[in-house]
Amino acid sequence: MTNIILGVGIVLILIILVMIFRVQSLISIVRGAPRSRETTSNKVNAALWVVLLVLGSVAIIWSSWVAAEYFLPDASSEHGPKTDDLFWITMGITGAVFFATHILLFYFPYKYQFRENRKASFYPDNNRLEVIWTVVPAIVLTLLVLSGWKVWRDITSDAPEQAMEVELVGKQFNWLVRYPGVKQAELGKKKAELGNFNYRLIDASNEVGIDLTDENSFDDFMPREVHLVKGKPVLLKIRGRDVLHSVFLPQFRVKMDAVPGMPTKFWFTPTHTTKEMREQLGNPNFNFELACTEVCGRGHFSMRNLVIVETQEEFDAWAAKQQSWLATHRDYLSKVPANLQQKALQIIGPGEGDNAPASDSTAAPAPDAAAVAPATNPIKMVSNSSK
Amino acid sequence: MAAVDIPAKHDLAHGHDDHDHDHDHRQSFIRKYIFSEDHKIIAKQYLFTGLFWAVVGVSMSLIFRLQLGFPKMNMDFLKPILGGWIEEGKLNPEFYLALVTMHGTIMVFFVLTAGLSGTFSNFLIPLQVGARDMASGFMNMLSYWFFFLSSVLMFTSLFIETGPAAGGWVIYPPLSALPQAMLGSGLGMTLWLVSMALFIISQLLGGVNYVTTVINLRTPGMSFSRLPLTIWSFFFTAVIGLLSFPVLFSAALLLIFDRTFGTSFYLSDIYIAGEALPQNGGSPLLFQHLFWFLGHPEVYIVLLPALGITSEIIATNSRKPIFGYRAMIGSMMAITVLSFLVWAHHMFVSGLNPFLGSIFMFLTLIIAVPSAVKAFNYITTLWREILYSRRPCCSQ
Ligand SMILES: [Cu+2]
Ligand SMILES: [Cu+2]
Repeated sequence: MTNIILGVGIVLILIILVMIFRVQSLISIVRGAPRSRETTSNKVNAALWVVLLVLGSVAIIWSSWVAAEYFLPDASSEHGPKTDDLFWITMGITGAVFFATHILLFYFPYKYQFRENRKASFYPDNNRLEVIWTVVPAIVLTLLVLSGWKVWRDITSDAPEQAMEVELVGKQFNWLVRYPGVKQAELGKKKAELGNFNYRLIDASNEVGIDLTDENSFDDFMPREVHLVKGKPVLLKIRGRDVLHSVFLPQFRVKMDAVPGMPTKFWFTPTHTTKEMREQLGNPNFNFELACTEVCGRGHFSMRNLVIVETQEEFDAWAAKQQSWLATHRDYLSKVPANLQQKALQIIGPGEGDNAPASDSTAAPAPDAAAVAPATNPIKMVSNSSK
Repeated sequence: MAAVDIPAKHDLAHGHDDHDHDHDHRQSFIRKYIFSEDHKIIAKQYLFTGLFWAVVGVSMSLIFRLQLGFPKMNMDFLKPILGGWIEEGKLNPEFYLALVTMHGTIMVFFVLTAGLSGTFSNFLIPLQVGARDMASGFMNMLSYWFFFLSSVLMFTSLFIETGPAAGGWVIYPPLSALPQAMLGSGLGMTLWLVSMALFIISQLLGGVNYVTTVINLRTPGMSFSRLPLTIWSFFFTAVIGLLSFPVLFSAALLLIFDRTFGTSFYLSDIYIAGEALPQNGGSPLLFQHLFWFLGHPEVYIVLLPALGITSEIIATNSRKPIFGYRAMIGSMMAITVLSFLVWAHHMFVSGLNPFLGSIFMFLTLIIAVPSAVKAFNYITTLWREILYSRRPCCSQ
């Protein structure tokens, strides 16, 4: 409220100044003062150019200062600092040119305001100048393009072999997360793989359309939040289920649309665990965020999910606890083709009625699976760091 | 054809206001002020319609920015205007999106395209090239009335029960294609599409007129190398509009097909509202390409007239010719060409092939060069001038 009163006050004062100024010029006309072509009006207007320049610059700097807390958060991925550097270099160059040109644009109208005894200099053309200020920006921009190209190529290159895979499916209005399971690896598979999917198989329980005719899908698990490992590349496989959504991980400088009918991908490497970030920021409530950044309907504003970055050991312990999707939805066993029934049962373990034990039974995913490999070594890609 | 119909007494050599008595026949009020073929009247019609839309568009942005800036604020005081769209003191989330969508649409198309080009091109082109009126006064009249019709439809869509279109001013499908995806994708979206189709027709009729007038109706001695920079900028603007608006038209048409006839230009593999849709093989990216093929040039449809007017005002008030007249034309020409080659910079993270992305990154930075040239030329024009700082019109 005080702000509004303040604003109204300022406007009123300005109006009063203008009125005084008008009255004065009227008086001078009435008095019959010799009419100069250097009018007060022109002098005031000329001065206002400089006033506008100063006020504008102050406003720009002040608002950037105040809004600094809303700028991008500290980068927590390997490519993050690179894109940040590019951003700030571009900002620095264009910002310098912006201020230089605007200072001249505003100062010249003041400096060269109308004077009786001066004539404008006739200067319609100078080809050399034109060439200079075509070529110099072109060179600067080319340098920016080249540095940008290099970073862009690195970011969009293929994910490294050892990257872990996570599937993110955007739907109105939350993100579904699917991990390739741990059991296939225990059964001797080289790399954990996500099972196939088909949008026609989607229903109220099978939210991402897991295709159970693919044996890779038997051990896929679908936790609520995203868990990532510090220092380990992660390949996001992104899908949209109904309309466009967009994966936005601001701290990791990741953004990629989720497109129905066209799976997309993005890979990156987290560099800080959630715990480290909490200490670094002195904020015990800090969490990495997965948001949607493409308007997708009524609930778009609240479409977000947690991302937890942890050490390999913590991740392994967490992954080992996860029940596969099929194990918690045993009624879908009927969708598994007859020749794979045996294998599915071997992976998800024998059922104890329709309600499989929830994740509270840490050490007992399935007795026979545990016999094949130790539960502490769930995924092949994990094996180099844990035994 | 209609240039002949225009009372020839609009003699521009002495364009005073007291020419009414010169008329051969008295025009009825309707012919003169409403269904007028006079470019000056049409310009004013565009101006006032544009101003109306500017007021509507700005009020919308005030409302949704209040909500955005002060999320805890009680918005009940807006109930008298917005009624049921205020829920428990907050904007209904879908109505919030609808406001953002309509604000974008109104400002970009109705204010900054029709309001700007429609007003200034119509008013100034015949005056500054020394023509009696536009090449076709009749088409010019149609152009305004298509715009009017389109405005009426868009305005109507604000008052329907399910609200206006709400999928963003870029109306990306599948959100805009599926009525079950949000309220605004129902009737509101249909009205948006029909309104925009009419708007595009209006812009094409206007654009053809501007281009034809500049090319054919210049007064003797008004060669292209003497044309005021305002006219050059209106000319390039019209060319851009003529080449890019038809693409938006086709995008809208295909979207209408997807919405009504079950085609799958933009739709594939969709499960929504408990149902897997039969559409297969379409791509939302196709729409994005078509949309931004207009969407980016649109930036320059908005910018070029402003640059042209600036050039003229700076030069006139500086009492000296603009610095680098030819370079100014050249840079506008470069902007015109390049504006068609940068559209996919709106799609870097849409799932576009990264290699294509790098090409568009290059072209996008290059388009900054002609813009920079213009700024430097302005500075040099202002150097050692004698400036009369005043309003461009009406001062002593
Ligand atoms: Cu969203
Ligand atoms: Cu663009």
